[in-house]
Amino acid sequence: MLIKLSGGTVYDPVHGINGEKRDIYLQDGYITRKPASSIKIDKTYDLNGKIIMAGAIDIHTHIGGGKVNIARMMLPEDHRADLVSKTKLTRSGCGHAAPSTLTAGYRYAEMGYTACFEPAMLPSNARQAHMEMADTPMVDKGAYAMLGSDDFFLRMLTAKKDREAISDYVGWIINATQAIAIKVVNPGGINAFKFNQRKLDLDEQNEHYGVSPREIIKSLARAVRELGVPHPLHLHGCNLGVPGNMHTTLDTIRAVEGMPLHLTHVQFHSYGTEGDRKFSSGAAEIAEAVNSNPNISIDVGQVLFGQTVTASGDTMRQYAGHWHAHPKKWVIMDIECDAGCGVVPFKYRDKNFVNALQWAIGLELFLLINDPWRIFLTTDHPNGAPFTSYPHLIRLLMDRSFRNDMLATINKGAAAASILSSIDREYTLYEIATMTRAAPARSLGLKNRGHLGGGAIADITVYNNIKNKEKMFEKPLYVFKNGEEIVKNGKIVKVVTGGTHTLRPDYDKSIEKSLKKYFDRYMTVKLGNFKIDDDEIVEHGNGNIIVQPCT
Amino acid sequence: MKTKTHQTIVLNEVPCPFCSLICDDLVIQNKDSKLTVKENGCAKVKAHFAQPLPDSTPALKGKSCSIDKAIKAAATILKQSSAPLIAGLGTDIGGMRSVMHLADNIGATIDHMHSDGVIRNTLVLQDLGWVMTTMAEIKNRADFIIFAGTDASNYPRFFERVIWNKNSLFRNIKKRKIVYIGDKLKTSTGRSPEGKLPTVLKCEQEEINEIISVLHAIIAGNIIQTPKIAGISLATLLKLAKQMQEAKYGVIVWAPGELNFPHAELTIQSICELVKYLTRTTRFAGFTLAGADGAMSANNVSAWQSGFPLRVNFSKGFPRHDVGRNSTKSLLKNKEVDALMWISSFSSNTRPPKAKIPTVVLATPEAKLDFKPDVFIPVATPGIDHSGQLIRTDNVVSLPLKKLRDSKYMSVSDILNRIIELI
Ligand SMILES: [Zn+2]
Repeated sequence: MLIKLSGGTVYDPVHGINGEKRDIYLQDGYITRKPASSIKIDKTYDLNGKIIMAGAIDIHTHIGGGKVNIARMMLPEDHRADLVSKTKLTRSGCGHAAPSTLTAGYRYAEMGYTACFEPAMLPSNARQAHMEMADTPMVDKGAYAMLGSDDFFLRMLTAKKDREAISDYVGWIINATQAIAIKVVNPGGINAFKFNQRKLDLDEQNEHYGVSPREIIKSLARAVRELGVPHPLHLHGCNLGVPGNMHTTLDTIRAVEGMPLHLTHVQFHSYGTEGDRKFSSGAAEIAEAVNSNPNISIDVGQVLFGQTVTASGDTMRQYAGHWHAHPKKWVIMDIECDAGCGVVPFKYRDKNFVNALQWAIGLELFLLINDPWRIFLTTDHPNGAPFTSYPHLIRLLMDRSFRNDMLATINKGAAAASILSSIDREYTLYEIATMTRAAPARSLGLKNRGHLGGGAIADITVYNNIKNKEKMFEKPLYVFKNGEEIVKNGKIVKVVTGGTHTLRPDYDKSIEKSLKKYFDRYMTVKLGNFKIDDDEIVEHGNGNIIVQPCT
Repeated sequence: MKTKTHQTIVLNEVPCPFCSLICDDLVIQNKDSKLTVKENGCAKVKAHFAQPLPDSTPALKGKSCSIDKAIKAAATILKQSSAPLIAGLGTDIGGMRSVMHLADNIGATIDHMHSDGVIRNTLVLQDLGWVMTTMAEIKNRADFIIFAGTDASNYPRFFERVIWNKNSLFRNIKKRKIVYIGDKLKTSTGRSPEGKLPTVLKCEQEEINEIISVLHAIIAGNIIQTPKIAGISLATLLKLAKQMQEAKYGVIVWAPGELNFPHAELTIQSICELVKYLTRTTRFAGFTLAGADGAMSANNVSAWQSGFPLRVNFSKGFPRHDVGRNSTKSLLKNKEVDALMWISSFSSNTRPPKAKIPTVVLATPEAKLDFKPDVFIPVATPGIDHSGQLIRTDNVVSLPLKKLRDSKYMSVSDILNRIIELI
């Protein structure tokens, strides 16, 4: 089947195409060069005046795994307000803060997304995370394995194991859990909380192990680089949400000494202590540091107003935050000498000084960081807001007068404390295409995705060109997944399964000897049963494995 | 597929699907399709594994028939029903995925045979939340463990694996303090390998709440005047409260299914609130023993596919969660359903309810039924006859089940998928 997308306006930053009228040809799931005129075209879409981009990629969204499922179980009232009926094509479910897997997949696709990455997969919970992702249709998935508070790793650091041994362990984890990257959450802090430590700064030591977050970050960042994992170490830093944590973030950037590092949901790590409320924006300093350190990439974790739920591996900080739970219920869990999770429902209020300033800080970061190749659009779904608010967020970035109208409605003190009104920048469609397609694909090392050149997988989104960018991005005209039309006018027309992106870094297999001994002695599953076979991911017919190359 | 005659295969690291601890260190011998536990199984499961595959066939009202005919008859019953109930739900994750798909298609209600216990926990989670832990954390970190209303004897290897374990990362196992609160508890397992006896606070199960509440009050700094609380002296509780505050990593274990009295969820809530309070100054966590017959898996799959934990109804085309109304017992009693499908693929002792409505039973071949259902289909057991996955009692770890022998019986998932095609 040869399909022609005719005459659309194309935004393809990988090839420097900035709003040019182009024809695109799809064949057997791939984008192909213009065929010889003798070859019959089976179907033509006339896309004159329409906007074409590659399918969008969400680099950080909590869509699967234990903590998300705890959030689902915990919040029936949130789900009752957003029930989703079955249709001839699609299954029933529910949406909002912690949507059912099926609804999440449908809604991502209906918003023009073709891949989503779960950023906090606990190795001990990886099997369930993959099962939930397999039940998330329409989009491709992938997950980052969480390390840094697991006792095996901390024992290695304390025992001063050499860097090769640490790389071997990290490589083993990526293979065993079918991950595509490594995340570290409050480095060593989840572990320290189990020993009743309530805070852990960059150079503070875990009381039991005598190692600091700085050492953990450096060790893991090095291992990730040495294994050839394309995505840099994905770091949820120390002191999330703590006023003054901007200094920790700046110190963290310096700590990696030029090694690649991705700082996630930086909005929650960009707080100063200026002003009467001792809570201020550190966005300008953080943006300056990101701008001048090309080894650093970030995603924002934008806050948008309304009810949501925060779900994180950071038990230490989630416990500290539970006093603000809304409604008043919360879960903290210590998990398998591996990590933990905390689930705290939360309502961000536009008239609340802190929440309003958080909103402004996120936008300041977006607008002050210059290079859209190193900043990704996220709300840290559902922590800052549910992913369904992305179109609204895009409008805030692209439309200065809309942004200022919104700014006029928030807490006056927060609006006054923010430099937002003085920022003129409006994101262009080219920059949006970069930060939501080209850049995440490049950062994750996804071959043949995030662009529209010959040989790319035909994951494509077509939008109506509407002035109101929220309207434009919430309802694409068409979405193609692997060359098939799956969405039309913002509604599913075909259900597909999507695959799972993984990585198979090389490592010295003899690490399994010490791992087996450790598992036999201290763990409650056997090493062999901890590992996830390819068969387990494909056997239910819910998807395939896509192995991405290491660098 | 036929196993060659006189062939003996030994399988290592076999996860056991028969209780929610899912011990995965079993060594199983398959000799001519006869399974024997060679190492590590508890007494309870040795019989399960040893059970030979009896010859059974699908049947309509007790009359033997082909599998195709039985599947067709089951599909017809469900298709004609305007309010079907899919209950039992003794299956693995694959089976549960198919249950969800079928229930959504036909507008059924779903409920698990062990929901009563699971739901006591759900109510607490949805009301106030909790601080919880998992098996490896207990094994390596816990220094003080309270068993509230359970002795864990339904989970035979719990003590061996995570209380009196041989190796621990951070704790001297010998110094572990064990406390029991409740009635009819077998406390001898709480005796340490060195012979140190556990503390036992004997009271009615219904009185556990009172004891927990007084402990909470003491720890919160209140002065208690009553000399005896539920038959326990105040001095005992004062001492216990002090020990709890001094613990480095305390755990309170309960089994929601064994707190079997009205509003037992309030007892669980008190436990969870006490744990939360202790977490302000030290580390404490809850742990539940629950979920035989795949109950944890059913609860989790229901949550991720529908957004709601168990007892969900799909009759309106979208999921509705109602833990009271959607129970098997009340639906049958109030005649709110007009067809029943019962699923039980692990144990032959789980009997389906006898209801005066068309009934489809998917059960192990050796199932003993005291009535002749409209449709009976013998099914394979996950982890014995086919591979699969199950979620453990702590709601975090899931294990891969293995196929240990050839079976002529179909999996629940395969049967339901064929029914889905026919409807
Ligand atoms: Zn996150």
